[in-house]
Amino acid sequence: MIYSLCLLLILVGFYGVVASRQTVKIVISLLIMQHGVHLLLLLIGYREGGMPPIIDSGDTVTSFAGLAVDPLPQALVLTSIVIGLGVLALMVALCVRLYERYGTFDITEIRRLRG
Amino acid sequence: MTEVLALLILLTVIAAIITVVTPNLLYSVISLGAVGFLLAIAFLFLAAPDIAIVQIGVEVITLVILIRATLGRETQMIKISRAVVGVAFAVAFIAVIGLFGIQVFTEFPQFGSPVMERFTDAPSATYLQDGLAETGAPNMVTAVLLDFRAWDTLGEATVLFCAALGTVAILRRRARRND
Repeated sequence: MIYSLCLLLILVGFYGVVASRQTVKIVISLLIMQHGVHLLLLLIGYREGGMPPIIDSGDTVTSFAGLAVDPLPQALVLTSIVIGLGVLALMVALCVRLYERYGTFDITEIRRLRG
Repeated sequence: MTEVLALLILLTVIAAIITVVTPNLLYSVISLGAVGFLLAIAFLFLAAPDIAIVQIGVEVITLVILIRATLGRETQMIKISRAVVGVAFAVAFIAVIGLFGIQVFTEFPQFGSPVMERFTDAPSATYLQDGLAETGAPNMVTAVLLDFRAWDTLGEATVLFCAALGTVAILRRRARRND
């Protein structure tokens, strides 16, 4: 049931990508899709009643390994969030440049694109 | 616990729907902030405090970038009667993808039982068992990021550098004159 809510988040972002007409709105929808995928990866790694993968001074390693959630998806999601910020800056720079050239964010009015 | 998590994700979905359907770009950016911060709280409930901290920091910078890009520009969408056929086609397309997705998720393991428990030689189990002895870091996420999979982090830095370079190249006012 939680997985379907997460899928709904991804689909809302996908609808925004398909149906939006403003370039910045498409970028924002892509961000929502990205958030959904991050959430999905963390949901897969979650363990019922799990604790964060940080060893406390009182824990033994074996009891810790039986309790902690999966650290691998967390590390990869951390990487992905930071990369997402860089890619966002690149996309927004393209949008701003298009706005300076054509005076609008609307993709239906930007018709004079040439390769 | 699971109910609170489901409620948080439901609120996130509502904020995301508002983000996508509102015609004003500035409102859209603001409710995107709501999506990001709600997700940060959801990450806390998923026992991922590192991700929550990074998510909040990245979300703040994202909002600054997006507001800088939209402020002072024409943000209000002019209402044009959309072709009903087009919207219906988009919704049908999304619905088909959603049906496929639900089929996939029924094959997933039950929520709360991670994949690493199914395989005896899963890398995550090894990281949890030997991480402290091999790297000396009590935080396993840091151990994976900076020690076991440091090549990934190097690649991440490369991608970030390339993106920053591209941004500077696109936003530069004057092109260098050719000799």
